Amino acid sequence: MITVKELTRKYARTTAVNHISFSVAKGQIVGFLGPNGAGKTTTMRMLTCFLPPTSGTATVAGFDVLEQSLEVRKHIGYLPESPPLYQDMETVDYLRFVGRLKGLAGTELEKRVDYVIGRCAVADVKTKLLGKLSRGYRQRVGLAQAIIHNPDVLVLDEPTAGLDPKQINETRELIKDLAGEHTIILSTHILPEVEQTCEQVIIINKGEVVATDSVANLQARARGVETVALEVAAAPGGVLDPALVQQKLSLVPGVAQVLVKSQRDGAAVFETENRKGELKRGDLARAVVAAGWELNEMRPEAMSLEEIFLRLTGSEATMEPEAPLAEGPPEEVAAQPEAAHAEEEEPQA
Amino acid sequence: MKNIWIIFAKEMKSYFSSPVAYILLTMFAVIFGFFFWNMVGFFVIEGAEMMASGQMGSMNVNEQVVRPLLGNASVLGLFFIPMITMRLFAEEKRTGTIELLATSPVRDIQIILGKWLAAVGLYACMLLFTAINFAFLFHYGNPDWKPLVVGYLGLLLQAGGLLAVGTFISTLTRNQIIAGAATFGACLMLWVFAWVSGYDTSTWASVLSYLSVVTHFDSFGKGVIESKDAIYYLTVIFLGLFFTARSMESLRWRS
Repeated sequence: MITVKELTRKYARTTAVNHISFSVAKGQIVGFLGPNGAGKTTTMRMLTCFLPPTSGTATVAGFDVLEQSLEVRKHIGYLPESPPLYQDMETVDYLRFVGRLKGLAGTELEKRVDYVIGRCAVADVKTKLLGKLSRGYRQRVGLAQAIIHNPDVLVLDEPTAGLDPKQINETRELIKDLAGEHTIILSTHILPEVEQTCEQVIIINKGEVVATDSVANLQARARGVETVALEVAAAPGGVLDPALVQQKLSLVPGVAQVLVKSQRDGAAVFETENRKGELKRGDLARAVVAAGWELNEMRPEAMSLEEIFLRLTGSEATMEPEAPLAEGPPEEVAAQPEAAHAEEEEPQA
Repeated sequence: MKNIWIIFAKEMKSYFSSPVAYILLTMFAVIFGFFFWNMVGFFVIEGAEMMASGQMGSMNVNEQVVRPLLGNASVLGLFFIPMITMRLFAEEKRTGTIELLATSPVRDIQIILGKWLAAVGLYACMLLFTAINFAFLFHYGNPDWKPLVVGYLGLLLQAGGLLAVGTFISTLTRNQIIAGAATFGACLMLWVFAWVSGYDTSTWASVLSYLSVVTHFDSFGKGVIESKDAIYYLTVIFLGLFFTARSMESLRWRS
C-alpha cells in the first residue's frame, strides 16, 4: 500500500531524511519510531504530499506522491502533530468542511459525518466551537477528519502526544480498531505505544532507517540478552566492597558483564548481563553466599524494547539518561555528518 | 470550481461568524456616511448661496458629490483592506490548518482563489452598505446612475488588486499583525506614490505615479472606463495572486 524508495529530503543545510526505503502492506499498522528530530514528521509530510521529496520516490495506494499528488491526497487521511482545527468552527461544520474538501457531497457527506462522529466519540461536542475543546476531544476530532473520506491509508503523527493516560488508552484502542479498514502508519517516540498498537516497527534515527521488523521479532530480540539484578549486602557488621563483588560475580560462568547500579551503606545493587542460556541463576546466588555476603534480592530482567531502541539509535536520544548503555552504538547506526543536526520538528510549517 | 466554492464559503462563514465582518461593515459604513453627510451638506449650502447671490452657476450632483465621495471611498478602502486579508494565510500557518488544506485533494490555486474571492466578497458587502447613502441621493435628487455604477466597479477592481497583494503578504508570515502592518504599509505606499507627480515631471516620477493605485481610480470616479486603468488593476490582481501561488509553492519547499 505504501512503497518508499531511497526517499531523501534536504533542507538548506541539513538532511532530514536520508535515503530511506520501506514498504507497508495493505491493512497493516506500522509504528514509525525514533527520537525527536529523527525525520519522522518530514517523512510523513512527504507521504501526505505536504513536502515534495528532494530525491527518491514514494507511492501511496499505487500513486506517486510527486506525479499524482492529487490522487494520493484522495487516498490518504492525515493527522498532523497538532490537529488542524479551525478555532472558530463547530465540530460538525468542520467535519462537513473537511469532507467537502476531500470530495464528499450530499447524503454521502452527511452519512460519513455521522459515522465518524460516532466512531471517534465526539457526539458530545458536536456543536461546540473547536477552540473550546479539551485536548482529548481535539485529538479525536483530528482523527475524525482524517478518516472522513474513508481513506485507504491513514498517517498519524504522534497521535497520543499531550494526552492524559486515560485518553492515550482510548486513542490507542480507537487506532487499533481502525486498523481493520485502513492501512495505518503512526509515528511516536513512545515505545510501549508501538508494543501495544503496531504489528510492524520502523525505527529511524538521524534520517535513516536503523531497523525494520515486526514487533514480535523485536521482542524476541529483546529476550536474546538476559540481565539479572542483584542486591548484595555485607554480612552483619562487615563492610561491602562493591569492586570485589563485581569481580566475584564476573567469574560466574555465563556472566558477560557486571555493572554497579547503585550503592549505599553496606549494600549495593548490581546488574549482570549474561550470555543467553549459559547462566544458572543458582550459581550467581551461591557465589554471593559463598563469599559471605547476603543476597537481599535477585530478579531476572529481560531487556526492554526501550533498551533495544537505545542501542539501535545510539545514545543521545530522549530516553532517561540513567538507562544502561553498556556498549557503544552498534554498526547499524552509520552516523552521517550532514545528518548530525536533524531538523527541529515543528508542529507547523 | 467546486473546490473554490468550498473554500470561499468557508472563509465567508468565518468572516461572518466572528465579529470581524460586522465591525468592518459598521466602521466602513459610518465613515462613508460621514463623508456623504459632509459633501451633501457642502453641496446644499453652496447651492443656497448661489441662489441667494443670483448666480446661475452649474450645480451637478455627480460632479460635486458622487465623484469626490467615490474618491474618498477609494482611499478609505486602503485602511480596511489589511484587516480583511491579514488572517487569510497567516492564521492557517500559525494554527497548522495549512497542513490540512495542502494535503487535501485541492489545488493551491483553488485555495488561493477561494480565499481571495471571499475577501473581495466581504469588501463588496462593505460597498453595498454604502449604497444606502446614494439611495437618499436618488430619492431627493436626480443624479446620473451610470457614473455611479462605473465608480463602484472601479472601487471593486482597486480593492481586488490590493486584496491580492494583501493575500500574498499574508502567506509570508504566520503572524497576523505583521501581515496586517506590512499590507497597510504597501497600501499606503501605493497611494502616496501619486504625490510625486505633483512637483516632479521626471520619468522616475511618472513611473511612481503610474504605480499608484489611486491615480488609476480617477477615470472610474468620473464614470469612464479607461481600458488602461482597468488593465492596470487586472494586472495588480494577477500579479498578487501569481506571487501568492509562488509563495505557497515555496512554502512546501522550505517548511
